[in-house]
Amino acid sequence: MTSEVQAPEMAAGAAPGSRGFQTAAWIGASILGLWVLVAIFAPLIAPYGQGELLSDESFAVPGNVGLLGGDYLGRDILSRVIFGARMTLGLAAIITVIGFGVGIALGFLAAVAGGVIDTVLSRSIDAIMAFPSIMLALIIIASLGTSMTVLILTIAAIEATRVFRVSRALAMDIAVMDFVEVARARGEGLWWIMLREIFPNATGPLAAEVGIRFTYAILFISALSFLGLGVQPPNADWGSMVRENLQGLLFGSTAPIIPAAAIATVTFSVNLIVDWYLHKSNRDISDEILQ
Amino acid sequence: MLTLIVRRLMLAVVVLWVVSILVFAATEVLPGDVAIAIMGQQATPDALEAIRERLGLDRPAPVRYVEWLGGLVTGDLGISLANSLPGFEVKVSDLIGERIDDTIRLAALAALVSVPLSVMLGLIAAMTAGSRLDRGIQGATLCFLSVPEYFVAAILVIFLAVQLRWFPVLSSFRTGLTFWQMLPALVLPVITLTISVMAHMTRMTRAAVLNVLASPYIEMAILKGVGRSRIILLHALPNALAPIFNVIALNLAYMISGVVIVETVFNFPGMANLMVQAVAVRDIPLVQACAMIFCTAYVGLNLTADLLSIVVNPRLRHPR
Amino acid sequence: MTALLEIDNLWVEGKPPGSDFRPIVKGVSLSVNRGEVLALIGESGSGKSTICLAALAYARPGCRFAGGKVLLEGQDILALDSEDRRPIRGAKVAYVAQSAAAAFNPALTIGSQVTEIALVHEIMSATEADRRAVDTYRRLDLPTPELLGGLYPHQVSGGQLQRLMAAMAVSCDPMLLLLDEPTTALDVTTQIEVLTAFKAIIKQQQSAAIYVTHDLSVVAQIADRIIVLNDGMIMEEGTTKQIVEQPTHDYTKTLMKAVRPPPRTTVKTGAIRDDPSADTTPVLEARGITAGYGRVKKKIVLWDVDLKVSSHQVVGVIGESGCGKSTLARVISGLLPQVSGEIVHKGTVLPPAVAARRKAQIQSIQIVFQMADVALNPRQRVRDIIGRPLEFYMNMGASARRERVGELLELVELPRDFAARFPKELSGGEKQRVNLARALAAEPDVILCDEVVSSLDTVVGAAIIDLLKDLQQKLGVAYVFISHDLSTVASFADTIVVLYAGRVVERGPTMDVLSPPYHPYTRLLLSSVPEIRPGWLEDVMKTREAISGISREVELTDVGCPFFARCPLAIEGTCDTQAPPHREPAAGHLVACHRELDDLTGDIIQH
Repeated sequence: MTSEVQAPEMAAGAAPGSRGFQTAAWIGASILGLWVLVAIFAPLIAPYGQGELLSDESFAVPGNVGLLGGDYLGRDILSRVIFGARMTLGLAAIITVIGFGVGIALGFLAAVAGGVIDTVLSRSIDAIMAFPSIMLALIIIASLGTSMTVLILTIAAIEATRVFRVSRALAMDIAVMDFVEVARARGEGLWWIMLREIFPNATGPLAAEVGIRFTYAILFISALSFLGLGVQPPNADWGSMVRENLQGLLFGSTAPIIPAAAIATVTFSVNLIVDWYLHKSNRDISDEILQ
Repeated sequence: MLTLIVRRLMLAVVVLWVVSILVFAATEVLPGDVAIAIMGQQATPDALEAIRERLGLDRPAPVRYVEWLGGLVTGDLGISLANSLPGFEVKVSDLIGERIDDTIRLAALAALVSVPLSVMLGLIAAMTAGSRLDRGIQGATLCFLSVPEYFVAAILVIFLAVQLRWFPVLSSFRTGLTFWQMLPALVLPVITLTISVMAHMTRMTRAAVLNVLASPYIEMAILKGVGRSRIILLHALPNALAPIFNVIALNLAYMISGVVIVETVFNFPGMANLMVQAVAVRDIPLVQACAMIFCTAYVGLNLTADLLSIVVNPRLRHPR
Repeated sequence: MTALLEIDNLWVEGKPPGSDFRPIVKGVSLSVNRGEVLALIGESGSGKSTICLAALAYARPGCRFAGGKVLLEGQDILALDSEDRRPIRGAKVAYVAQSAAAAFNPALTIGSQVTEIALVHEIMSATEADRRAVDTYRRLDLPTPELLGGLYPHQVSGGQLQRLMAAMAVSCDPMLLLLDEPTTALDVTTQIEVLTAFKAIIKQQQSAAIYVTHDLSVVAQIADRIIVLNDGMIMEEGTTKQIVEQPTHDYTKTLMKAVRPPPRTTVKTGAIRDDPSADTTPVLEARGITAGYGRVKKKIVLWDVDLKVSSHQVVGVIGESGCGKSTLARVISGLLPQVSGEIVHKGTVLPPAVAARRKAQIQSIQIVFQMADVALNPRQRVRDIIGRPLEFYMNMGASARRERVGELLELVELPRDFAARFPKELSGGEKQRVNLARALAAEPDVILCDEVVSSLDTVVGAAIIDLLKDLQQKLGVAYVFISHDLSTVASFADTIVVLYAGRVVERGPTMDVLSPPYHPYTRLLLSSVPEIRPGWLEDVMKTREAISGISREVELTDVGCPFFARCPLAIEGTCDTQAPPHREPAAGHLVACHRELDDLTGDIIQH
């Protein structure tokens, strides 16, 4: 699901029962860790090669071809999902890192420098955010064609606009605190204020944002691949695997569902961790209204 | 308040104008020869020249932008490159015209189902925060916001269409059906869209209401001996309205992404499907027109939320 | 006759985020008789508000009742379930919160909130409740009582809102009123306005009341009996007279000692004294400072302000909130470049913006902010916080720095091993000391102290003032001491600058400014300084300054004398159109007023 609106407050909760959240977070961390291992050691784990044709039959049932069945060409779904993890998680990680780096740097700069720099940056970002993000991606792909570089830079740019908003707002909140004023009054430069005064106080909220942005990157890139505009054959990520096997649904095949489920497990486990993290900073409400 | 509303309206117009510039710039001025991009590397020089002429590429970009914008405002959206043959031109407005109704039907129906449902669920979750019910809602919405639309769609198709045969498998639509003829085929896409939008809307509504419930004036109401339902309906809800309006608008705007995916999954003959195909074959005029329509809808929704928030804000309704 | 309210061995537990429940009220027993006003007094964290709310059987989120009984007319209200507690709340026991601005619902009209108690408990009809509300507004001297009910909370002033909260509380003639620090968040002059209203309403109502506060002088005006609390336990209990005149418990004595006596206003004897600012070269001077906020169209908040700081001297800057005191500090430090005028340090004109000043110039003027909590970076250890100026200004090496940080900590009377702590491991007073140590680390000529004690408890604040005096003796540093509290400034400053709405209305040596006070605004401030003496409140309200100046807000004006609207001696047609002339009762003493000096000194209240 490619989302416009994953603001950090969306998952803020007031429910007691931190233990439940903690357990859920552990489960999430385990699943995520497992996927990361799978991605790293894919060639060792996968029973077959990702392009290996095992059968003439389309959408072979599990048992006939591999553990999870075959795809529309008769390749092993399990092996392809394992290799797909590399592509999907790898791309999402690169996108998140770029998007975060650019977004935070610009956001903090806008907040601390203020004045013309802030106005120019904020207005430009506003202009980009006036687009639904998928429209932006579609327009860019329509004009440049699709390639790994275009994909990574486009989604990272979209991520960066969101990160910019969040980190600018955060830095603005921190920048008006007296300890930053003290640093300014001491004559400190921009770098010291951004790196030493503001950044250490922003890491908490930003940590949750990393998780949110990572799931967003996964969902976004998979969505583009699903539309046939993302990762192109012979490479395959989970999104494109859903697309190529979609016809299998007509025969009741699970071939398109397995890669989709893989996406869901990753995003769900990251969301569990994020939820626990945000839950720690909950708000107080009287029990007398809550029942 | 009136000046504020007028200012917002003007801002929306400015935003749309900026969007139009960006749409035009992104698709026309970006590096690379558009003609080659459209016709491919093997195109003959004659064909390239022809297409350049047809697109007016020989003239400066600002001139073309003004013409394009003028056409946009008057409803002349240009000629679709991919669907036209020499001597047989297909107008973009015709292509969109036969599709836009279906997309609006799909989105409107999904909005009609998801908005009341998720606002209610969000309210219930907020009022029972910490209970089993709340945790159930929280868990379910967390699941739904983690899964991609096509996963939901695939599961629905497998169970409701393939196994139970309640609905047609992967919509067998034609364009130009009446609403009632279309309805059975609409059910699965609408459910898919609803589920994906509801997760966010429910959670954000809950957060907005909880935020209000933590205010000192709610504690004051408790200490006045005001009953629970009166507190929620009279004291909390009016203050939660503005954030809830924003939540709704944001999520309906989000639906634009959802529509793109859902139309593709179900092979629904709507505008988003048209646009994705246009992107794949790089039919620039068609992409531009579709993008402008979706962006207008997006800006319009955000504008509506802003205006509603202004209207329900007592500080703006009753200035000092 | 049994007591109206009896609290018997009450235990309340609270759960700080991330840790387990621990007691915050530890076995408190007390009783309130009908018609009696009981004051609960203590510093923050003493459990006074929690006890007060127990009279409504309400525990704040994160708190729970852990033992004891709360008997209202003999009935244990803690034993009731949530539904049965409702009829008590508002109708029998009513609550007045600290911040009316937060406790009024912004989306509902004032009238609907004031009459709500009567309606939800079905005590009166809507029309009767409305009629009574208008009556109460009138009794509380609120403007336009007939129209008030239809307004929204944001449409009236803070002081009025606080009085409206009282109107809401008494709407159903409760047996017991709970007043939870209702004047703490207000300016001194507004505090008097609200306090007077509360006192009147308690008297008219003849209901019992529990008044929660940390301010002994407030209590002395209003309470019959006082209970002193510390750390969730009762320290001392007695009549107001007993506690104020003969406190027995050590803690009460500390509290009493921390209250500064009001500045003395004697008639000037004519003795020749040195003018401290005349003969020495000033270490810091502000000349004709005009400054404001906003990038394109500046909103001016300071007009033509002069200030002179001689070395080893303390200059007090005083005024209500909104008068531009903090803005002045920000201009001097270069955080807010002025529109016109200049800042002169030891004869050199400083560039307006801090970025343009040389390191040595910045180093010699340090600033200490009001909120100790937010003035320290929570992610830095004390040694890094204090060590940074040493590194930044003096390029001090790591080992020398460690030694110097230890010395500085000792200088502000903190143990050396505090160097390893994070700010959250310090109390409010300790944080303010670290704050001060950071400023001292730069070895400045002048420290700008912006309301450094106003966010602290009285006892802690008094200790900080003593430390400041000490350091001045030891190090010879000069202070610009900004405060809204005239008694603190008067006890401490060599010269005083009185700011009103961004203009200097009076300036001069402390003794000259205060005795006798000339400017009507100085006089208003002086009469507003709370005193423990019972009867002070009534006396204040009789002064002409109070009659015209209380319950008005500071308004910025472009022309004339800004104090015009609140001045008892204002001359229509002159004061509101022309800038007042500067009069000099003595060398170095300036009064900005259209009135002759002799007109100003009459009718002083003598104690």
